[in-house]
Amino acid sequence: MRELRDNVIYILGAAAMVLLARNIYLIARLPGEMQQGAIFKIIFFHVPVAATAMTASVVSLAASVLFLVTRNFKYDALAVASTEVGLAFLAANLVTGSIWARVIWGVWWAWDVRLTSALVCWLLYAGYLILRQAIEEPTQRATFAAIFSIFAFIDVPIVYLSIRLFRTQHPGPVFFTSQGSFPHDWSMILMWNMFAMMMLAAVLILLRLREEDAQREIDSLRRMAHAF
Amino acid sequence: MSAVAVEGVWKFYGDFPALRDVRLEAGAGSCLALIGRNGAGKTTLLRIMAGFSRPGRGQVRIFGNSPRETATRRQMGFIGHGIAVYDELSALENLTLFGRLYGLAEPRRSALEWLERTGLERVRDGLVREFSRGMRQRLAVARAFLHNPGVLLLDEPFTALDDRAIAVLQRLLAEALAAGKTIVMSTHQLREALELASHVALLNRGQVAFHGPCTPEMAADPGLVYARYGEGG
Amino acid sequence: MSFLRQVLVITSKDLRAELRTKEAVNAALAFALVILLLFSFAFDPSAETTRDIAGGLLWIVFAFAGVLVLNRSFVRELPNDCLDALIAAPIPGAALFLGKVLANYVLVLAVELVSLPVFGVFYNVPWTSRFWQLMLVVALGTWGLTVIGTVFSALTVNIRLREVMLPMLIYPIMIPALMGAMQLTSDLVVGKPIGAENVAWLKMLVGFDVIYTAVSLLLVETVLVG
Repeated sequence: MRELRDNVIYILGAAAMVLLARNIYLIARLPGEMQQGAIFKIIFFHVPVAATAMTASVVSLAASVLFLVTRNFKYDALAVASTEVGLAFLAANLVTGSIWARVIWGVWWAWDVRLTSALVCWLLYAGYLILRQAIEEPTQRATFAAIFSIFAFIDVPIVYLSIRLFRTQHPGPVFFTSQGSFPHDWSMILMWNMFAMMMLAAVLILLRLREEDAQREIDSLRRMAHAF
Repeated sequence: MSAVAVEGVWKFYGDFPALRDVRLEAGAGSCLALIGRNGAGKTTLLRIMAGFSRPGRGQVRIFGNSPRETATRRQMGFIGHGIAVYDELSALENLTLFGRLYGLAEPRRSALEWLERTGLERVRDGLVREFSRGMRQRLAVARAFLHNPGVLLLDEPFTALDDRAIAVLQRLLAEALAAGKTIVMSTHQLREALELASHVALLNRGQVAFHGPCTPEMAADPGLVYARYGEGG
Repeated sequence: MSFLRQVLVITSKDLRAELRTKEAVNAALAFALVILLLFSFAFDPSAETTRDIAGGLLWIVFAFAGVLVLNRSFVRELPNDCLDALIAAPIPGAALFLGKVLANYVLVLAVELVSLPVFGVFYNVPWTSRFWQLMLVVALGTWGLTVIGTVFSALTVNIRLREVMLPMLIYPIMIPALMGAMQLTSDLVVGKPIGAENVAWLKMLVGFDVIYTAVSLLLVETVLVG
């Protein structure tokens, strides 16, 4: 089982690297967008990392619910791994959005609906990880983290709708409107980069799962050593 | 059907097994003394029996039902390490509160009765915060017995009791046994426990090393069970 | 005994214990007044612009002071292992939970209702002009805060750094409810009634309260017993 997982990690990792290299090459060769110039190409990363982060959060929710139902720790490992990776990709989303805002609007942060929602989600998932750190006993940690994960996930759509409602009353800058048409071949590259990002996320999650396995073994050995 | 049945219980903390395939039984009217070294798993086992935590595998049955069911909990009394009464309330208020929670028909009357039986009737309106140690312990005992439970689960009940409290508890336990109640009691104080116990179980590293009736020689020499079935000295 | 009576036994127990010592309420009230004062240094109360955001400031005060009360909710069960006795009692976890939610609701609401007139005086706003609508918003917003705060109080009762963890977990989850309450309150304290555009916030508050009350009731047994 472990060799299989390691092999998958190597293969997926290599494939992701190749795909990313190809994508970056293609993106660099594209002409600049009319209204916004070269910076518009950041969308090729900004959108895929967001989509990957969202997928990771759905995986995390599913894993949390499955843990509560089955009490099998492999689901807990999946929940923490996908939340951590999702957190990293969400951070990438925030950073790319910030860079974009700086170039276009001259400010490092504009309270755009999607970016603000992303920030709140980032806080929620950081909270999940800090909660885990505060609980030592593994079963309690897994159970409580799973419960918080459910609360957090339910909040995500509510947060998005609230901020959108806020923005309709207090309009502000909106990023990445689909004003200019998005040429077909650009859409293709976006899709390919989406794919590359998902693969990268999968590799990172698998690596994290491997680490989590080792950590659990150490924990239980330590407990055994101290108990007697 | 036994009053208390532990059926193949395992408890894991992470991957570490604190309890391993524990099988025990206590028939109605019996008193099971649960003995073992520190860290053997006595408190863990008792808390699972009381329904405070979930076993990883296996199950506990109290009168044939899960200890988590509401009807079963009405039949159970528990004394743990803490006295489980509120410092900011008076003795009477505490017992009346628990009387109501346990659905007693006349909570206040039962509370007054049990204050008398534990010798606390004169301080009934005093706040628990101001009680002496022995008084607090007697109140804890009153709380556990208040609703006349069929099964009593006691975690080291004699530890750190003063003499008066020990006497009260022994008397109440003997009365309960005579009335057909079931007692499971973990203890380090073998002498007091083995006077009352009809059965003994020795827990060692989360496993049952011995489970059987309490013989007169065990009651006479409390260290016997450890010596014969335990590990080392 | 019926479910409702079980809830009320827990509520009256909590309220009686709290009113005897008044620890949490006094601390929360003092804290609320201090923050109100601090805000009046940061945001000039006489400026027109401040009046626009006054409602928002008010809810920050409520949220911060409220957490002080909510933290105590399950922590008060820790001495003497009283939490064990409550879990062992033959009442559903949901009854224990709702009992505590109601007690917390009363206490937090009390702190808020005392802070309101002080706020009105400091910021010179006609906060009574839309009194019943304001009370509705306060009631709904406080319910959301109390439900989430009580669940997380149970979740964090036994863990490290509890006092830090509780607010850190509550506030992000509360963001939608706080936004709604702030928007509505900003209008109401200056006398504007809840109009067509703000009704959406009211609906969102109600939705938030309903959803999270349901989710909490579903999960509370797992939080208490594991």
